[in-house]
Amino acid sequence: MGESMYKILSAEFIAPNVKSFVIEAPHIARKRKAGQFIILRVHDRGERIPITIADSNQEEGWINIIVQGLGKTSAHLNTLEAGDHLQDLVGPLGLPTHIENWGTLVCMSGGVGTAEALPIAAAAKAAGNRVISIIGARSKDLLIAEEHMGEIVDEVRISTDDGSSGRHGLVTDVLQDIIDEGIQPDMVVAIGPLPMMAAVSAQTKTINIPTMVSLNAIMVDGTGMCGACRATVGGKTVFVCVDGPEFDAHQVDFKELGMRQKMYKQQEEESHKCFLERQMKKVKAEEMAAGV
Amino acid sequence: MDRQKPESFNPIPVKERLTIPRQNMPEQDPNIRNGNFLEVNLGLTEDQAVIEAQRCIECKKPTCIEGCPVSIQIPDFIQLICKQDFLAAANKIKEDSSLPAVCGRVCPQESQCEAVCVVGKRFESVAIGRLERFVADYAMQHGNGDGSQSNRPEPTGHKIAIVGSGPAGLAAASDLIKEGHEVTVYEALHEFGGVLVYGIPEFRLPKAILRKEVANLENRGVKFIKNFIIGRSMTLQELFEEEGFDAVFLGLGAGLPRFMNIPGENLNGVYSANEFLTRSNLMRGYDFPEWDTPLYRAKHAIIVGGGNTAMDAVRTAKRLGAEEASIVYRRSEEEMPARNEEIHHAKEEGVAFMNLVNPIEFIGDENGSVVAAKCLRMELGEPDASGRRRPVPIEGSEFIMEVDMVVIAVGNGSNPLIAQTTPEIETNKWGNIVADEDGQTSMEGVFAGGDIVTGGATVILAMGAGRKAATAINQYLKTKVGSVA
Ligand SMILES: Cc1cc2nc3c(=O)[nH]c(=O)nc-3n(C[C@H](O)[C@H](O)[C@H](O)COP(=O)(O)OP(=O)(O)OC[C@H]3O[C@@H](n4cnc5c(N)ncnc54)[C@H](O)[C@@H]3O)c2cc1C
Ligand SMILES: Cc1cc2nc3c(=O)[nH]c(=O)nc-3n(C[C@H](O)[C@H](O)[C@H](O)COP(=O)(O)OP(=O)(O)OC[C@H]3O[C@@H](n4cnc5c(N)ncnc54)[C@H](O)[C@@H]3O)c2cc1C
Ligand code: SF4
Ligand code: SF4
Ligand code: FES
Repeated sequence: MGESMYKILSAEFIAPNVKSFVIEAPHIARKRKAGQFIILRVHDRGERIPITIADSNQEEGWINIIVQGLGKTSAHLNTLEAGDHLQDLVGPLGLPTHIENWGTLVCMSGGVGTAEALPIAAAAKAAGNRVISIIGARSKDLLIAEEHMGEIVDEVRISTDDGSSGRHGLVTDVLQDIIDEGIQPDMVVAIGPLPMMAAVSAQTKTINIPTMVSLNAIMVDGTGMCGACRATVGGKTVFVCVDGPEFDAHQVDFKELGMRQKMYKQQEEESHKCFLERQMKKVKAEEMAAGV
Repeated sequence: MDRQKPESFNPIPVKERLTIPRQNMPEQDPNIRNGNFLEVNLGLTEDQAVIEAQRCIECKKPTCIEGCPVSIQIPDFIQLICKQDFLAAANKIKEDSSLPAVCGRVCPQESQCEAVCVVGKRFESVAIGRLERFVADYAMQHGNGDGSQSNRPEPTGHKIAIVGSGPAGLAAASDLIKEGHEVTVYEALHEFGGVLVYGIPEFRLPKAILRKEVANLENRGVKFIKNFIIGRSMTLQELFEEEGFDAVFLGLGAGLPRFMNIPGENLNGVYSANEFLTRSNLMRGYDFPEWDTPLYRAKHAIIVGGGNTAMDAVRTAKRLGAEEASIVYRRSEEEMPARNEEIHHAKEEGVAFMNLVNPIEFIGDENGSVVAAKCLRMELGEPDASGRRRPVPIEGSEFIMEVDMVVIAVGNGSNPLIAQTTPEIETNKWGNIVADEDGQTSMEGVFAGGDIVTGGATVILAMGAGRKAATAINQYLKTKVGSVA
């Protein structure tokens, strides 16, 4: 398993700044279950970042990940193309999603969280649930994977902050609509940006619907060795990478997690700026060389 | 066991030897090195090494050997240094140790071999660790980094998997490849070496040494697979059933950070030592933003604990630019488990020691970042189970100090990953894998050694356990698998 590992088989943007990769990883494809993730490094000085396995194919030996360019590492990753290699890739990590036949499952996702929700929705459907998906985005062009989700679940509902697609509003408004229509969800899964998961959790707590969230804590090793990913759940400290990433939403201390996610804000901005400046220089050099 | 006294190559009369002063190892100036990550100790020169070796009085009953957990033939290699045959000296050490360049640097010599050196009873003991380091480095530089690789043994056809590439795993791999088995090392992280690469800092143990050791093993035929977690990427059972391994050695280490369970421990800026050191060493956060992984640079850092890990963390914090970097330890300096040299070096580098102090709460600002530590002063009471005097809080001694970073270095528990996915493996109440003297676990064909069995210990003990298990695995393969095949 030398340098020729972790080959990118295909890479394409599926929304502005959101890229879908198919990566050669036969061992991981064979083992992974819904809810699990990988940790990768883009280059030999790179950071380790966790990304959910959105899909996989055991026979063909690949996994699919969907990446939103947020800061330095994800932006760098999104410059890679088919034929390129990742520096490092390890997984599957985390505990698989606990799936049972709850009855009616509402799967709420926002942004790139929809990619993370796909395997869970599929597994829940396979377990016999009626699955309703609620996908939220700021606007129409930022919606991802809604067609793929449509193939899996019984019904997809969409909300956008600006009303450019689906219901004008938030995913929590759509959940309220559903309840108003007389549908009683037995279980809610919420995956997306932290404020969205916190809002869903607050909403379902008041109406007593069990809710599961997938926490995106900052990680380093992903094996339980460092404790970077710790969060407070039910008053106890957990390590998200080995005890999660999924937890009972109503027990999660979202405020603490929100603050922990911002731990390196300043450095992250500095790192991203350096990266963009280097990219600019590269583009300029290429333009010079091409005589533009 | 009867020991043949080695041939003497020391021209100096015994009485005169005792007048030779212990040779000081050159080191970087404290005020320069506390701003860089280069190695602190520079190693003895050839002349110094020979002089130091001549201090050994060639005891009839060399107690030094008994002090070494792997019984290195210390007087023998020392005589070979006197003879100036440094490569032979290195090979002598390698009969008993697989990682002399590492142990010469990080062994707690003052409580092992050097503690019982006869010269040390009245004078300063022979600097065995420094001599070991000298010959190991010499051998590496002179193309004999590995004394025994030359001709490969007959293949036995047996396949052995080693899980974890710390000193236990590397030592086991080294001994097993010698026998002609097929050996594959699986490592969860993206570099090999365990704590030696992710925990112990560059300024104490340069990574280049580990890379050379791993390259040596690779040259001798050991297969190394990184980014592969047994228990997740593949289970232990599958190693046997699908990959066809005949035996497995588990050298998983004690990689589970302990916290203190006090309020404010999840504030930003509060790290486990494992995280802080991993970000700095493995991920090279000290070179941010050239390297991508960020790391706090504190003004006033406190490190809670008194072991080697705490010393590594505090000296790292200092090097990252902390104006004040302090050790906060609940007992007194006498009870500190860290090596003397680390404590001494830390002091030289400007680290402050707050002994008999224990934090009880960390206080944060509105962004969730730590800004202060609430502490109690302690005094020493009756001895506890460890034989050390128990620290007890002094009533009304509470005080608050401003800090912007805290590193918790109060020890590690055992990583539960394998135990969780392999019910056949018996563990004790601390989560350590239960194994006998030879490393045999409760599961057939599975052996274990190092920190995963003993709890956090030392490099040399882990290495010794790896070697013992290798011997037991050989025996197992001969009797068990051999008879089936
Ligand atoms: C279990 C899990 C699954 C995830 N799945 C996906 C996914 O499928 N697709 C996707 O686009 N993103 C996913 N993420 C988030 C992704 O890991 C971060 O966006 C990425 O690490 C950002 O790194 P950066 O350098 O690009 O941005 P930065 O500018 O460094 O950080 C942007 C934000 O990302 C978070 N972050 C930074 N470093 C890390 C890190 N080492 N580990 C975790 N979070 C970090 C922080 O909250 C930070 O504020 C997942 C995170 C977790 C924990
Ligand atoms: C900061 C620090 C400083 C220290 N300083 C000293 C010192 O000065 N002197 C001294 O003698 N000792 C020191 N020690 C202790 C010493 O490093 C350890 O006792 C020794 O490294 C233990 O060796 P090991 O092989 O058992 O495990 P480790 O060195 O812990 O190696 C275990 C390896 O196994 C890997 N692994 C774990 N689980 C899996 C899995 N499921 N699949 C694949 N791989 C896995 C881990 O990633 C790791 O690389 C120090 C420890 C620390 C943390
Ligand atoms: S391995 Fe450690 S204890 Fe043994 S001789 Fe070397 S330094 Fe001393
Ligand atoms: S005990 Fe000391 S003096 Fe005696 S043989 Fe060993 S190293 Fe030499
Ligand atoms: S990421 Fe290190 S323990 Fe979870």
